[in-house]
Amino acid sequence: MKSPRTAAAVLAVTAIAGAGLLTGCSASGDSGNTNGTVAITIASLVPGSSADAFKAFNLRVKEFEKANPKVIVKPVEYQWTGPTFSAQLAAGTLPTVFNVPFTDSQSLANAGQLADITSDVKKLPYANKFNKSLLQVAENDKGDLFGIPYGPYAYGLSYNRALFTKAGLDPNKPPTSWDEVRSDAKTISDKLGIAGFMVFTSGNTGGWGLTEQTYSRGGRMEVTEGGKTTVTADNDQTVAALKFLQTMRWTDNSLGSNFNLDWSGMNQYFGSGQTAMYPSGSDVLTALVQSDGVDPKDYGLGLIPTEGDNSGVLSGGNVAVVSAAASPAEKAAAVKWIDFYYMQKLLDKSAAVADAKSLISNKQPVGVPQLPIFDKAQLDTSLGWIDSYINVPKENVAPFQNGIFDQKIIAEPAKHTQELYAALDSVVQAVLTDKNADIDALLKGVNTQIQALIDADAK
Amino acid sequence: MTTSSAAVRVSRTRRRTPLTWIRGGGPANLLFLLPMIVIFGVFSWGPIVESVVMSVQHTNFVTAPTFVGFDNFLALFRDPLVPIAVRNTAYFALLALIFGYPIPLIVAVLMSEVRRARGLFSALAYLPVVVPPVVSVLLWQRFYDASPRGLFNTILSWVGIGPQPWIQSAATSMPSVVLVATWAAAGSTVIIYLAALTSVPPELYDAAEVDGAGLWGKIWHVTLPQLRPVLLITFILQIIGTAQVFLEPFLLTFGGPANSTLTILQLIFRYAFQNSIGLDYGKATALSILLALFLALFSVVYFRLTKAWSTN
Repeated sequence: MKSPRTAAAVLAVTAIAGAGLLTGCSASGDSGNTNGTVAITIASLVPGSSADAFKAFNLRVKEFEKANPKVIVKPVEYQWTGPTFSAQLAAGTLPTVFNVPFTDSQSLANAGQLADITSDVKKLPYANKFNKSLLQVAENDKGDLFGIPYGPYAYGLSYNRALFTKAGLDPNKPPTSWDEVRSDAKTISDKLGIAGFMVFTSGNTGGWGLTEQTYSRGGRMEVTEGGKTTVTADNDQTVAALKFLQTMRWTDNSLGSNFNLDWSGMNQYFGSGQTAMYPSGSDVLTALVQSDGVDPKDYGLGLIPTEGDNSGVLSGGNVAVVSAAASPAEKAAAVKWIDFYYMQKLLDKSAAVADAKSLISNKQPVGVPQLPIFDKAQLDTSLGWIDSYINVPKENVAPFQNGIFDQKIIAEPAKHTQELYAALDSVVQAVLTDKNADIDALLKGVNTQIQALIDADAK
Repeated sequence: MTTSSAAVRVSRTRRRTPLTWIRGGGPANLLFLLPMIVIFGVFSWGPIVESVVMSVQHTNFVTAPTFVGFDNFLALFRDPLVPIAVRNTAYFALLALIFGYPIPLIVAVLMSEVRRARGLFSALAYLPVVVPPVVSVLLWQRFYDASPRGLFNTILSWVGIGPQPWIQSAATSMPSVVLVATWAAAGSTVIIYLAALTSVPPELYDAAEVDGAGLWGKIWHVTLPQLRPVLLITFILQIIGTAQVFLEPFLLTFGGPANSTLTILQLIFRYAFQNSIGLDYGKATALSILLALFLALFSVVYFRLTKAWSTN
């Protein structure tokens, strides 16, 4: 204030600071709710999907907006991974409609981190037709509904038919026992110099895969009796599965040399022909085509070998959920989108055909193996509607399709699933990178670590 | 003298009234400081305070947080991964100190002796710093490919050495990560040393030459003593930096194999985000605070111990 120049400078600084604050304050806004229209953001495809895949998706969005002129839909690339999801959740940057795996939906619902869509779902004409046990994954402890399950999968054995042929193996006869997996993997490794077989090892997927291998031998990672859950990672079947991997790694040398692969990384490895076989969800072909350039003609899907009493196949899936921050209008629009995009193709012939046509026109796979959301009859009916559009060679996935409904389907461990998988990642990595890894001690360590978390919840 | 000095001090104290502060341009100063205070407050100090609060809470950022006292801190002491992460971080810091501390100094001294194309050498030294870390780490992943087709393994095969596991073995993963981190960070330190070297008076080197000092003598008796304050600062900065290492092990190994490169910051990340439903933010902030307290304490002790060395 000593001179006009000082006063001008003070005014300028004040104006700049004030403008900055005002800009910061005005950055947020609502989703635009004028003239009765509502705008929602929706999870579209995983980042890195092909332009054709996005074209097919955008076509569906346009069809939806035409059918629902009061709803504006903005697709957002989205891929669920443990670390990125929780960061987005905490930051509030998730789209209005997104998906979470079966393992997480109940915990998120109970923690109030998802929107309750019970009343909106009840308005759907098929609300009572859902497979009840499947629908439970989207309910909280009070029985309120927080999502709609879709795309349930069972673990299968993905294999590269071209590499099988190249190695002198019959691509129509994938291995049906773990011994055959081992011998085929060794043949491929010896003849082609690539990994004959690979397993997930990172980003919680190592534990996911090991749990599947345990189920296939009749073991369980967690046992719940009388309301108390006990972690049983050191069961005989998990030990056997790890010893099997140990032999393939250190005796046969048929597992390759990269033991830091998560879901996307493994798909890339498979897509680029660096491994001939890997256990994966039965629905993985869609991602392999969209992101990794896999030709369905070269893709084969067999059953995961099952051995021993109580053995079965790990099953999972996704739940389409709605952001907890959504307004009632946004929730209603979100459920309309979930109904249109995920459900109608299973219930309505014209919707099923429209979906298949859009996929075909954009070179996307139609007829990827999946499990039923309602019942097997409904699934068969919906597949019948699009039979002439199915472009995934049926004979390539026949080994899986012909046997999966005879298998025992087992859900993922219920308590602290992702932490359990993370802890088991380290065990799988240790076995594959250290010839002398002490399997028993490592698994007992997992028991202690995860049991402490479960016990802490009970207090 | 003493009496008059005291009188001056008293009179100066008396003169400091709100009126004199206003007349002295205090409001103007405050206004000029305001943007900095707001920005630091919102983006730096605010989150620090928030972290301290969160460390005694159970929160998921959606529902109301609950106060849990020191439960988060106690849970840290029960977690078997904490000692592993501390040990790994200390190992990383030690290796980074052995390789990463002297190499930039040697490079800077050698570059200062170069008469021609010093700019080119400076650019080459600094180049790794300007390469986006994700890009460089992806390149290093290719270099470290453990198959016989990997770049480093191919080079080793030329001299008859078999393929090495690099980041696919618990024994070699941490040194491999340190190599990447050193490569990525050395350029910045080289530039600091080069800047400090230009401030060394040339007459000191002339005097040393007159006294018969060779290259090594000049470095030992002139360069290193002159760089001592800078060396002490870069040392503590390196310790703080290595204690907070995250990017390289996260991108290269994700803490594996078998937690062999799991560092404290990665564990903090895992607490907050590995559990996809995100319920361990309290534990993550508790570990962050313990790390910050340790580094603050270490820095104080370090500066006390080196106080005598840092002044000429």
